[in-house]
Amino acid sequence: MLRLEKRPNPSRFWLYATPILAVFLTMVAGGLLFAMLGKNPIAVIKTIFWDPLFGEFAFYLRGQLLVKAGPLILIAIGLSLGFRAGIWNIGAEGQYIMGAICGAGVGLAFYPTESRLIFPAMILAGALGGCAWAMIPAILKTRFNTNEILVSLMLVYVADTILAKASTGFLRNPEGAGFPGSRSFSVSSFPAASNPELIAGTGLHWGGVFALAMGVAAYILLQRHILGFQIKLAGQAPRAARFHGVKPERLILLCMGLSGALAGLAGMFEVTGPAGKISIDFNVGYGFTAIIVAFLGRLNPLGIVLAGFIMALTYVGGEMAATNLGLPSAAIQVFQGMLLFFLLGVDVLTNFRIRAAIPGVS
Amino acid sequence: MTRETLLSIKGISKSYPGVKANEDVSFDIGVGEVHALLGENGAGKSTLVKMIYGLVKPDEGTMTFRGRPFSPSEPSEARASGVAMVFQHFSLFEALNVAENVALGMENPPTMRELAARIRAVSEEYGLPLDPSRMVGDLSAGERQRVEIIRCLLQDPKLLIMDEPTSVLTPQEVEILFKTLRQLSAEGTAILYISHKLEEIRALCDGATILRRGKVVGTCVPRETTAREMAELMVGATLTPPERRAGSKGEVVLGVTDLSVASPIPFGTTLKNVSFTVARGEVLGIAGVAGNGQDELLLALSGELRVAPDKIRVCGHAAGDQGPSDRRRAGLVAAPEDRYGHAAAPDMSLVENALLTGAIRRNLTHKGFIDWAATRGFADEVIQTYDVRTPGNHVAARALSGGNLQKFLIGRELDQSPQVIVINQPTWGVDAAAAAAIRQAILNRAAEGAGVVVISQDLDELLEIADMFAVLNEGRLTRPRPVEGLTIDEIGLMMGGAHGMEVAHHAEA
Repeated sequence: MLRLEKRPNPSRFWLYATPILAVFLTMVAGGLLFAMLGKNPIAVIKTIFWDPLFGEFAFYLRGQLLVKAGPLILIAIGLSLGFRAGIWNIGAEGQYIMGAICGAGVGLAFYPTESRLIFPAMILAGALGGCAWAMIPAILKTRFNTNEILVSLMLVYVADTILAKASTGFLRNPEGAGFPGSRSFSVSSFPAASNPELIAGTGLHWGGVFALAMGVAAYILLQRHILGFQIKLAGQAPRAARFHGVKPERLILLCMGLSGALAGLAGMFEVTGPAGKISIDFNVGYGFTAIIVAFLGRLNPLGIVLAGFIMALTYVGGEMAATNLGLPSAAIQVFQGMLLFFLLGVDVLTNFRIRAAIPGVS
Repeated sequence: MTRETLLSIKGISKSYPGVKANEDVSFDIGVGEVHALLGENGAGKSTLVKMIYGLVKPDEGTMTFRGRPFSPSEPSEARASGVAMVFQHFSLFEALNVAENVALGMENPPTMRELAARIRAVSEEYGLPLDPSRMVGDLSAGERQRVEIIRCLLQDPKLLIMDEPTSVLTPQEVEILFKTLRQLSAEGTAILYISHKLEEIRALCDGATILRRGKVVGTCVPRETTAREMAELMVGATLTPPERRAGSKGEVVLGVTDLSVASPIPFGTTLKNVSFTVARGEVLGIAGVAGNGQDELLLALSGELRVAPDKIRVCGHAAGDQGPSDRRRAGLVAAPEDRYGHAAAPDMSLVENALLTGAIRRNLTHKGFIDWAATRGFADEVIQTYDVRTPGNHVAARALSGGNLQKFLIGRELDQSPQVIVINQPTWGVDAAAAAAIRQAILNRAAEGAGVVVISQDLDELLEIADMFAVLNEGRLTRPRPVEGLTIDEIGLMMGGAHGMEVAHHAEA
């Protein structure tokens, strides 16, 4: 029989080793899944994890990595602050959509004006849009003690509906011959509101810059600032946090607002850059995947930056596997989900050690 | 007087990973003997009685009960042999009445009517007033204990084990309990009495076995031994009572006026019209049985529970509506009872826990940024000054033993040059040597001019360190009185006397 024994101190080794172990276990279990689908598991794993970095098309795919990693990191950084404080914003996808709509809306309102001020105004609008959407579950929680997990999640579907309305109705391109979707934000059609690649071939746009900057800022906040301490304290020992002087309501509003704002920013950068316009399905679930990224990165900003790239790899490599090897895209989503599953599973090793129990001794 | 041996324990040992809870423990209990098992927290008393009651299996050694080998593998087997136990923490359902609760613990309960009659009979016989039809939720702690005792007595035990039975009782209730126990003993029921309250043991017990770190370090006849001798056997060191410097009282630093506030805790106690003042150099001791508003009073004083501004004045300034941070700024520090999760974050290091309350008065942050070097310095200072045994300041709070963590947490508050100190249960679960050190540190701060409020359920502790004495009873505070000249009877009456005395008279009438 195996028995779990609580460690007196959390293990530093396992704190960093569990994400690696989880990735490894995901490869094994994912490999089994791919084998059952009739694919060569080694080939699929290689396509996902190796080819985007060192394969034939790596020159193009490497750039795609940063394009995918940027929004994931930006959203996950925001979520991680709330998760640390025990505030579960599951609706980043909705905040991402609302940030995109608000940011794009402000830009389109000025079309075709050319001014340096338009893009900053759009950034601000994107952040505020996401923040406002996140404030709905936050205020409901502080006022009526509703569950922020449920409310924020449900609001994703409301945001989805608003997005559909935006792309077919109030933000639809008037010159688009009735097709759904807004005007394009490409450099050629609306330069003042465009979010182009900053260094050719790297995939780096303003969203990536913000993501990396936010990673550093969050790291400093958590390591050096009293607010970061309060966030950690509230998550680990809520009563001790109140004793310290944290007002729980204030912290809920702050963490939800911040994570909403960052998700909104990610949406705004996506729709003006890689996506290029508001369309019914411009969102590809970054808001949900970012939850996995946040945990894979141990809710640590630097870890999240790394995890963002690993998750981007499964996106880029997964698409490759889907086109080249004919793997269903749902299999890739299962693969990504497994990662979170194994991560949470092996997480127990950080705080517990496994002991073989001798029968008869209790 | 030689008694026939009832229970004989020979060479019992029990180890847990990393600890030897009991090592080669041997002693005998005679028929009808009241035997004390004496020792500090962690001395191995609980493990030992759990083995007698069949909850834990010994690694080595043998037990003989009524002349036959005895090795119960579960409590029901122990009960069948005639061993009963009253635990320190009760296992009762509040929403059921007394008879129903007793029935739940029986293997073949009789009908309710019959059981109620038997409960009444036993409760009258042993002078334990208890109405079988009352809801347990409405009973005081003392009355709940009677339910547990009667539950045991219905099994007609030969050996009754009582684990720290008086920690929840008023002095009058203790007297009632002792009468019952003496009667049981006279009828031939042996009692194994676990406690660290020495005067009680001297008043009640025929023999005592003293445990230290899992081993028997001595036996004595309590009536012929002084409390001090027993304490020194128990602790293994010479104890010095705290010395008090006669500090002159100064101006009032904490004033509470007509404080009424609903409890934020489910099933908590509402505070009703609490008023008192504390002057510089003064220690106010607040006694009371647990659950009478102690936690709520601490929350209201620490600032976790906010009230109208002028209800609480710290150093002359209205502070009722201030949170914990503002009150610390004003000079008030507080130490809650629950160490793991309230006073400290268990998974955080001692350094982070030092920051938890020290940030403001020790200037550990600059414009919101944490000065970790200074924080480490503060943690190290507390560790050194208060003799906290730890491998270092990086250790998680939960890795420290209860007593060591308490020394750290009390030291953390006392080393902030406070004007007002509020402490709930300063030495709960702390060994005698550490407790003496904590009390001395509190008195030293008072001598330096701080006003101190100590909330405690340990009357001896309060009488030792307090100048003024008051009792919290169902959320009301009695008028504080000088400790000098107070008798134990007066204190008992302040604590509400013995609950349920009227039922006893009714039964006799």
